[in-house]
Amino acid sequence: MTFAVIVFPGSNCDHDAYHAVTHVLGEAGELVWHKDTSLRGADAIILPGGFAHGDYLRTGAMARFSPIMSAVHSFADRGGPVLGICNGFQILQEAGLLPGAMLRNRELKFRCEHVHVRVEQIDTPFTLKARVGQVLRIPIAHGDGNFFAPHDTLAALEANRQVVFRYSSPDGQVVDAWNPNGSLKGIAGVCSERRNVVGMMPHPERACEPLLGSADGLVILESAVAALASGRQEASSAASVRAAAPSAR
Amino acid sequence: MIDRATIERHGLTADEYARIVGFLGREPNLTELGIFSVMWSEHCSYKSSRVHLRTLPTEGPQVLQGPGENAGAVDIGDGLAAVFKIESHNHPSFIEPYQGAATGVGGIIRDIFTMGARPIGLMNSLRFGDLDAPGTRRLVEGVVAGIAGYGNAIGVPTIAGEVAFDPVYAGNPLVNVFCLGIAQASDIVKGVASGVGNPVYYVGAKTGRDGIHGATMASAEFDEKSAEKRPAVQVGDPFMEKLLLEACLEVMQTDALVGIQDMGAAGLTCSTSEMGSRGGAGIEIDVAHVPQRESGMTPYEIMLSESQERMLLVVKAGREAEVERIFEKWDLHASKIGQVTSDGLLRVRHHGELVAEIPNRALTDEAPVYRRPMEVPAYLTDTQALDLEALARRPTVRSSSDALLALLGSPNIASKQWVFCQYDHMVQTNTAVLPGRGAGVLRIKGTERALAMSLDGNSRYCYLDPRRGAMLAVAEAARNVACAGARPLGATNCLNFGNPERPPTMWQFAQAVEGIGEACRALSVPITGGNVSLYNETDGRPIFPTPILGVVGLIAHAERALDRRFRGSGDAIVLLGTHRGELGGSEYLARIHGLIAGRPPGLDLKAERALQALMVDLADQRLVRSAHDCSDGGLAVAIAECCFDTGGIGARVSLEPTAVVRDLALDEAAILFGESASRIVVSTISDRLDAVLERGKAAGVPAQVIGQTGGDRLTLTVGGRVAVDVLLAEAERVWSASIPHRMGRRVA
Repeated sequence: MTFAVIVFPGSNCDHDAYHAVTHVLGEAGELVWHKDTSLRGADAIILPGGFAHGDYLRTGAMARFSPIMSAVHSFADRGGPVLGICNGFQILQEAGLLPGAMLRNRELKFRCEHVHVRVEQIDTPFTLKARVGQVLRIPIAHGDGNFFAPHDTLAALEANRQVVFRYSSPDGQVVDAWNPNGSLKGIAGVCSERRNVVGMMPHPERACEPLLGSADGLVILESAVAALASGRQEASSAASVRAAAPSAR
Repeated sequence: MIDRATIERHGLTADEYARIVGFLGREPNLTELGIFSVMWSEHCSYKSSRVHLRTLPTEGPQVLQGPGENAGAVDIGDGLAAVFKIESHNHPSFIEPYQGAATGVGGIIRDIFTMGARPIGLMNSLRFGDLDAPGTRRLVEGVVAGIAGYGNAIGVPTIAGEVAFDPVYAGNPLVNVFCLGIAQASDIVKGVASGVGNPVYYVGAKTGRDGIHGATMASAEFDEKSAEKRPAVQVGDPFMEKLLLEACLEVMQTDALVGIQDMGAAGLTCSTSEMGSRGGAGIEIDVAHVPQRESGMTPYEIMLSESQERMLLVVKAGREAEVERIFEKWDLHASKIGQVTSDGLLRVRHHGELVAEIPNRALTDEAPVYRRPMEVPAYLTDTQALDLEALARRPTVRSSSDALLALLGSPNIASKQWVFCQYDHMVQTNTAVLPGRGAGVLRIKGTERALAMSLDGNSRYCYLDPRRGAMLAVAEAARNVACAGARPLGATNCLNFGNPERPPTMWQFAQAVEGIGEACRALSVPITGGNVSLYNETDGRPIFPTPILGVVGLIAHAERALDRRFRGSGDAIVLLGTHRGELGGSEYLARIHGLIAGRPPGLDLKAERALQALMVDLADQRLVRSAHDCSDGGLAVAIAECCFDTGGIGARVSLEPTAVVRDLALDEAAILFGESASRIVVSTISDRLDAVLERGKAAGVPAQVIGQTGGDRLTLTVGGRVAVDVLLAEAERVWSASIPHRMGRRVA
């Protein structure tokens, strides 16, 4: 499996994501410059955290115009797994690949700490190895992570089961006291309607090794590997079916 | 023609002016005068401090780079070097807290990547006035947000630090910022210019009229109104610096680079003359080629601007295209502004016309050096006298339980989580110990190792005895690093003092430097660089002498790093070292009795060295599960802190009276809250206890079991009598809530 990690000039979690994918998970990783136009055959994409273009404008507002983004769009349209982490999530929102927008944190301050998130949906490529209701301890580090969407969008998100993670207590209660930034409905992560594009504010790549205080984020990257493996299996069996019956269509 | 008023406005004395004329063999023009004035300023020349700094130990087998370059470096094995330095940004942070602190972070990060190192960690040491006094909150908010705004955006984690409050800093807060980076030891890059004809490049932000020494430096030829508009503090752009960082590190991967230096204080002037001087070469530039933010800038303004995020590079002739391509990739434009010459002169042209010509050495090595007069401050006689017996006769206001809670709620001791959680302290995924839990610990990817680092300084001690106070700062920073399990390798210092032209201040400075030297020699921790910040006073009232020490150490196995937290119930609590019941200069006296008095705790450097070696050994052998240094608030506070952030592991501790003070209540306070140095609280599981005690004995370090972890209370007895008995949850609430409450944030 090859994970492409997109590098914007102000990305600062690009090497962290690359390290988690390659050195911890043992998969192949490729750092792809934002001015490139090809994903070089990657199987999954990670848009890492950071401040893509300084974010002096709205977070992610400029990154959506980077040349690589049209390749990301086509990849997502073909159903390929795309994970946006923190600033990467914000970029996917600006690019129209994920719903909602991020407001300034409720307390108007940057916040970096371990939080708990509850896994809500496991039929995405980044959660399929998790359990529904599983609580993951993963750090956040953001100033603009207060998820907002208009009422009807929010209703549609819930109806389509697109809320993938919610901030919770250590035992999985979604209550305001454990909401670090004021996100509506405690939303920490969502997926696209097709479910292959996932965005999350917490940083799973920072929680992949016990030395760093938690390895709960590993399940997210392992899920992608499993999703790709089963996808490949399906693809290859489909290919062999086609090969066996070339005139079937 | 330069008149006397112009010379004075440039902060130069008549003697200094005569010296300039001597170097040039003629009168300087205004641009040259400006160049001399910034290079001979205290900030750039270290003219008052240099004679003292020369006495510091700077060598050791592990030292790869000592003072004199952009940062120091020590060998950390595996062919790698740790490059680190500390710097102050005190005055700008008082004028404009957010940008002042932010640009302080930007400046120290540039110093590190200039050496060819990727910055991997930041720390800071902050001093403010009384947190309950009006105005302090605004400064705290701004400084913390500024550090966060810059460090978080550029992606370097802020992993540790200290914050303290005292009314003496109300008009002069301190913002000292430390950065550490990792480089290949063989690839350390220096700030030298050499190779006649090699091109000199300018890259980064455009030059504006910011930071040209404000109004004091405005010359007669400036328009007074434009001078008024000039912001005194520069504005930082972390995104620009991120581009510079990545692009410069990429350029360094080629061998096209000869030397590089950032433009910090004194901007283009400092970088050109220092690079030329170090390389024994000259540099000729034409300031018309310098990218400018506004039109009509004079050579004087361009040479003296302190606009942020700018670098000066000397590139091998013939390799220009290669270097330019890398900068273009990062959307930066590298401009060729001149070349290296053989004559040792800084030659500045403006559209070809010669506007300044000065020997580089006159600006750097030959700058004036002063041995300023010194005098023992008068206040010391009164403050050092501390009559404990008289104190004992005061009506006792509090029980020891109440005193402990008061100390835990003191902003100096209370949890700084409100501060740390605004800093991204985990980016780069190396942080093995979270801020507030001991020394900062960063694992080094690709190796088994980790680095531990700590910033420490107790200005109350230094006020009462600058020499011993400075020694204690070295010892504490090294001890904190040892508590993480790291062998101290090197140190950097930031010396914050008042006006050196006052003999008592100069005496404090000299004493502190002597103390640092003695402690560093005894503990084998050489000083690899640092910074001096003088003239820290407002309305003639100087700050406490505040030397801040940063110590860096190496842990052989990252996963054996320790922090302060108890790990389980039923563990033995062992005190390493002796408590002598010293109350002088303590937080207890300041907080409970409103007294800044006495002598700071004594320090036996041989005992300290043995203690630290033992600590590193115990950690490496995995014989202890936690370790915490006893400092502010003494043993009782240290034990309480060992219980915090553990999910509620309490402790029961029994101590014996010291009989230092005849009064029983005061003796109890001395035992619980006295700040005797060279003490560490460790915890260990019972089957390793004997090994711990044996190793203590072999090392000649007193080690005694003083209690056991567990329960939901914090109970300390003295001579069998219960002195402190509080619910752990209550103590932790007081400790956690103090700063958020004072900063007006709702407490979860």
